[in-house]
Amino acid sequence: MNHWIIAPVILPALLAPFIVLVMRHDLSLQRIFSTTGTAVLAAISLVLLYTAATNPPEVYFLGNWPAPFGIVLVLDRLSAMMIALTAVLALLVQLYAIGTGWDARGNHFHALFQFQLMGLCGAFLTGDAFNLFVFFEVLLIASYGLMIHGGGANRLKAGVQYVAYNLVGSTLFLFALATIYSVTGTLNMADLAVKVAELPAGDAALLRVGAVLLLLVFAVKGALVPLQFWLPATYSFAPGVVAALFAVMTKVGAYAVIRVFTLIFPPETAATGTLFADLLMPAAVVTLALGAIGVMGATGMARLVAFAAIGSMGTLFIAVSQFTPQAMTAAFYYMLHSTLATAILFLVVDLVQDRRRDDTLRTPLPPIAQHGLLAALFFGGAIAMAGMPPLSGFLGKMLVLDATRGADMTLIWTAILVTSLITVVGFSRAGSAVFWKAYAITTTQAHPEPKREPLAFGMVLALMAALVALTVMAGPVTAWLDDTSAELFDRTAYINAVLPTAKE
Amino acid sequence: MSLALIAALPFLGALLPGLLIRAGRNACATVTGAVTALALLGILLHAPAVMRGEVITAQIEWLPALGLNANFFLDGLGMLFAGLILGIGLLIILYARFYLSTKDPMGQFYTYLLLFQGAMVGIVLSDNILLLLVFWELTSLSSFLLIGYWKHLPEGRQGARMALTVTGAGGLAMIGGMLILGNIVGSYDLTVILQNKDLIQASDWYFPALILILLGAFTKSAQFPFHFWLPHAMAAPTPVSAYLHSATMVKAGLFLMARMWPVLAGTPEWFYIVATTGLITMVMAAKIALFKDDLKALLAFSTVSHLGLITMLLGFGTAEAATVAVFHIINHATFKAALFMSAGIVDHETHTRDIKRLGGLRHLMPITFTIVCVAALSMAGIPPLNGFLSKELMLEETVHTVWLGNHWVMPVLATIGAMFSVAYSFRLIAHTFLGPVRDDYPSKPHDPGFGMWAAPALLAAMVIAIGVMPMTTVGELVRTTASAVIGGEAEVYISHWHGFVPALWMSIIAVGAGLVLLGAHKPLEAMWLSTPRPEAKAIFDAIMEPFANAARAVTDRLHDGALARYLAVATLTILAAGYFAYETGTHTPGTRALTPIEPVPAIGWLLLMGATGSLFTYHRNRLLALVLVGVIGLMVSVGFVYLSAPDLALTQISVEVATVMLLLLALNFLPKDSPVESTAGRRGRDGFIAAAAGLGIGALIYALMTRDFAFPTIAEYHLANSKPGGGGTNVVNVILVDFRGYDTFGEITVLGIAGLVIYALVEALLRGGPANDRLLAWVPDQKRAGDRHPLMLVVATRMILPIALMVGVYIFLRGHNEPGGGFIAGLVVAIATIMQYMASGFGWAAARQRIDYHALIGWGVTIAGLCGVGSWFAARPFMTTNYGYFKLPFLEKFELATAAIFDLGVFLTVVGAVMLALASISRIAIRAGETVNVEPFDIQPDEEAATEGAR
Repeated sequence: MNHWIIAPVILPALLAPFIVLVMRHDLSLQRIFSTTGTAVLAAISLVLLYTAATNPPEVYFLGNWPAPFGIVLVLDRLSAMMIALTAVLALLVQLYAIGTGWDARGNHFHALFQFQLMGLCGAFLTGDAFNLFVFFEVLLIASYGLMIHGGGANRLKAGVQYVAYNLVGSTLFLFALATIYSVTGTLNMADLAVKVAELPAGDAALLRVGAVLLLLVFAVKGALVPLQFWLPATYSFAPGVVAALFAVMTKVGAYAVIRVFTLIFPPETAATGTLFADLLMPAAVVTLALGAIGVMGATGMARLVAFAAIGSMGTLFIAVSQFTPQAMTAAFYYMLHSTLATAILFLVVDLVQDRRRDDTLRTPLPPIAQHGLLAALFFGGAIAMAGMPPLSGFLGKMLVLDATRGADMTLIWTAILVTSLITVVGFSRAGSAVFWKAYAITTTQAHPEPKREPLAFGMVLALMAALVALTVMAGPVTAWLDDTSAELFDRTAYINAVLPTAKE
Repeated sequence: MSLALIAALPFLGALLPGLLIRAGRNACATVTGAVTALALLGILLHAPAVMRGEVITAQIEWLPALGLNANFFLDGLGMLFAGLILGIGLLIILYARFYLSTKDPMGQFYTYLLLFQGAMVGIVLSDNILLLLVFWELTSLSSFLLIGYWKHLPEGRQGARMALTVTGAGGLAMIGGMLILGNIVGSYDLTVILQNKDLIQASDWYFPALILILLGAFTKSAQFPFHFWLPHAMAAPTPVSAYLHSATMVKAGLFLMARMWPVLAGTPEWFYIVATTGLITMVMAAKIALFKDDLKALLAFSTVSHLGLITMLLGFGTAEAATVAVFHIINHATFKAALFMSAGIVDHETHTRDIKRLGGLRHLMPITFTIVCVAALSMAGIPPLNGFLSKELMLEETVHTVWLGNHWVMPVLATIGAMFSVAYSFRLIAHTFLGPVRDDYPSKPHDPGFGMWAAPALLAAMVIAIGVMPMTTVGELVRTTASAVIGGEAEVYISHWHGFVPALWMSIIAVGAGLVLLGAHKPLEAMWLSTPRPEAKAIFDAIMEPFANAARAVTDRLHDGALARYLAVATLTILAAGYFAYETGTHTPGTRALTPIEPVPAIGWLLLMGATGSLFTYHRNRLLALVLVGVIGLMVSVGFVYLSAPDLALTQISVEVATVMLLLLALNFLPKDSPVESTAGRRGRDGFIAAAAGLGIGALIYALMTRDFAFPTIAEYHLANSKPGGGGTNVVNVILVDFRGYDTFGEITVLGIAGLVIYALVEALLRGGPANDRLLAWVPDQKRAGDRHPLMLVVATRMILPIALMVGVYIFLRGHNEPGGGFIAGLVVAIATIMQYMASGFGWAAARQRIDYHALIGWGVTIAGLCGVGSWFAARPFMTTNYGYFKLPFLEKFELATAAIFDLGVFLTVVGAVMLALASISRIAIRAGETVNVEPFDIQPDEEAATEGAR
């Protein structure tokens, strides 16, 4: 039994109360322990990534109870990848928070940050549908705490909406699980996969209801239209550093869709068929369009990035909705890319906001400290986000286009290419308003107020370096991802690992 | 030098000028020049081989899954363009060094220039159409930076955005076209694609691919109707205009058409689209150029016109026409770059580019005049300059071209185009340089230093050299390039005299008519100005601004923070999707018999319905609503009891008590009534949606409860293994702490986090700001109790405390086998403690207990977690429990289970979280002016007795 599998959950779960218990009055100690913890988590996640790449899916039976009666964790390439992505992003974002002093603007930042990581890792690792609900709750409450970190009227107001909307999602999650359990009598994902395939025809309708409700739950998390309403205000009013971490939160929704609807309800299932793809694809196209239109019409920088994030979820879900190995590889690549790009943009916007003391795109403000560098970083981030060459956004988009040569090709290609243009135009207007127009106004102040945040800039550059690496190494990365989607679509390996007895 | 390195050099070198600007402007320009020269050298080293007809290649694998690889190849076409890009690039770098003022950030300029140059070189060297797309879009992006270089000028910013929008849009269309092309051929490698002419032209997808690719080429090369962005890009510094619009950016479209010529050309579609567009562009732009007063605008439209000319030639689809196109590309690059730079010199020296304010510069700027003369005469097509040669050949080609069965359209229109070209070229010379010297130039003009006129002078010299000895100078180059374009052997014969062919007469007519036009410029201009004509920028803005406003209106309206609407949409979506899923699936109704309705549950049901209905009616009175919520909670608890779920009932009821208490305390500081904020119609709509959702859930539950599981459930296993495996007879508790202890661990973490979040939230509220101000100015909105800490209550709660604690311990201990457990015990203890606070006030109670609630939460989660970790030491997975039976003297045999340790963690977390919430609310109360009492009661009976006695 490989106990390392559960380490990504247990480490932050024990570190967070330790921080609360021992060092809640000492920020320096919190910083040291919390950052070290995240660094260790990142290291563990890389080890797990290596393990998962070299072994078949590995199962951890909690409480030593056999599946499907207890809870299982499953480490496969996909979950390992998501954890590694989360951990690495978290480490950089956390150092950024320290570098900008964001963590000092409220209480319990580091404890909540660790709890958030616990929730994310738990959701990625679990092989049990109800346990997924539990970790959705953990990451929801922790993210709410992080989201309102620092306070302020707008932020608190957006926070209430965020938590209220997501509680509706949680309730729906329970309805969905209750329905699925009432039909199948189990909640273990592998067991569900077996049972759903053998389901009597007369139970199909109710199972479909349960599965669709589940899809909607994940759609809320993944900000899929028309369940995206919580996102713009949440992301734009959250502290920039938290919004950057949240880049991976929407991916939890995407991950859950990928996991559940390839393992339990693959398109060849008699009861459900292509129901999910049929619902997902049009919604994803509309999501993409809405994101692009939001970018075009945004009046504030953070809101601009928030809508760009929605648009990127649209592209991601378009790829997912194909439910083919090739499209899934594209989706994985795009997911890695979009997480990094979104995080970069939120951090850059945070630095800019902090210096401009305003988020507006409508009135120009004088040049700020590190104006040129920030402009260059924004330019780079915008290129990535809009999917322009040479960064990974372009490659991701090409992979998605290449993988959607199906019946809906015309619709999907048109949507992706037209929204790309709108996004590019939106970003160019915003960048021009913030970074170029600044030179057009005559200011009484000769030089902007100096501000040095080397650690924060270092982290943004590190994220940018990761994005460049993702671009340059696209060949090996996609080859790895190809194996990942192959593993994902080989359901028997997963099922046999969890249910050794089910082997025929 | 490897082609990949040549393409990469400008990118690698792009950082250098940005850094070396610190070492001075000369260092900065020199290093930029050096990088360019190095790349040019790399190309020239390959030149002999290419001239021999060899094709140089280089391959690097990048993204094989997609077929996107960094494959490069160099043939005649690539070499010509690479040479133009790098050669003219060198001249531009030299020119810009002297052109840019000290106020302009030169490092940035050269960095952008190199990025752009790299992108251009990449396009012309790519052997993979996806790679070509990468570089293609990079030219759009880097030209955006170059055009917007003067950030403070609105024209610069707008011109940059317009160029990016138009060329970016074309680029995206081209992505679609190239992907289709790759789809047809099955490869994205150009060399493969170029060999599959028949396959491509026979495909059903040929036409869409052609349109999409041409969209890319036409937008880039400013062909009608996408020509409008180019004049606005003139807001850039002149070196940028000279570079982008003579040799590079706008030629990228031509390059692409030339590159794809072997597989796309030769069809009627190609001919009518490309040749017609080119012809229209040529004539229309030449006419506009005649009436432009801005030197750069004149040159811009003349560029559009000449690009149209080349496009038309490529559109003819014959090898001869393609050869002429190649020749004209070279000629245009030389004279147009010289003209742009000269225009920049005039602007630099006189501080104006307005032809109306110029004139007579011949005497003041003789060198510039000479250069402009040579270049402009070439542009006009005057022998023996190179412009004449290619124009003659072009006219000759039009004579052989039939357009929709008509022999006259092409030659006549081409002659008209040439006529306008003659007119504006001569106007450029005459109105700027000839005439009397004026005394009202904005600045006193004189020829610039050598550094600035060296580059245009060299180009002018080339104009003459090519013009005089075409075959010696560029004959071979044209042949090699044209062979590459047509994919075969091209024949090149350039000469000044072809005899009395139609082209000669057309040429003579064009020159004569052009001079007449110039002579009549004044009246013609008056006519031109009085006719309304579409202003491209106005149209562009009239599209973009309303679109942006509409986008803003739509997104802001949709996301305006109206939570009720958000939730209405979500509910409708859930309902619709759920119904759709049900309707499209097969359903057999359940077979379970319905149980008869007993009186007791019927009463409970009525109470539940009554409470819910009342809540609907009275929800604006928040206190009443809270009470009703309590009633509902109570009825749910009773329901659990009735359905034999005592654990759930106990949990539910204690949760109800704790939350109602906390809500009551919080409500103290909130308005007691919810205001009416919505219209009756909206409430009706929301009511309808809510009712539909409720009925939907009811129907779903009915369907689920009237049927059996399709398979045996996992519950059987839990029932069977609770005692032997988990050591407890209370299956619910064993599930909570053992079978699914990991879930419980997650849930208590949620509770603990909630406590921390409430604390942090209150801290943020109290840190100063509007919320804090409101609290400081808070006036109680309800009458205060005369006796805030009533004696009876204090005494009663004091009495209850030990009993309640005892009950808590009892519930905790019996949990494993009987209804109870850590969660319920925690709530009971918390409630008992809250009672003390309610009776005697927060200050008094807080002073009497030393446990920090943060620590309780911390310990709780830690203990629960460590209990799970403990099983690692027994080589078991996380959360594996163990139990055993022990015997102590005087006591019966009893059971100890490690699950109890876990349950202790649950207990502590629950107490900590509830109490931290209470403490946080108390902090609000204290900030709002609540006095802190140090005595348990407000009225001290004995004290009063003492004072009575003293009296």
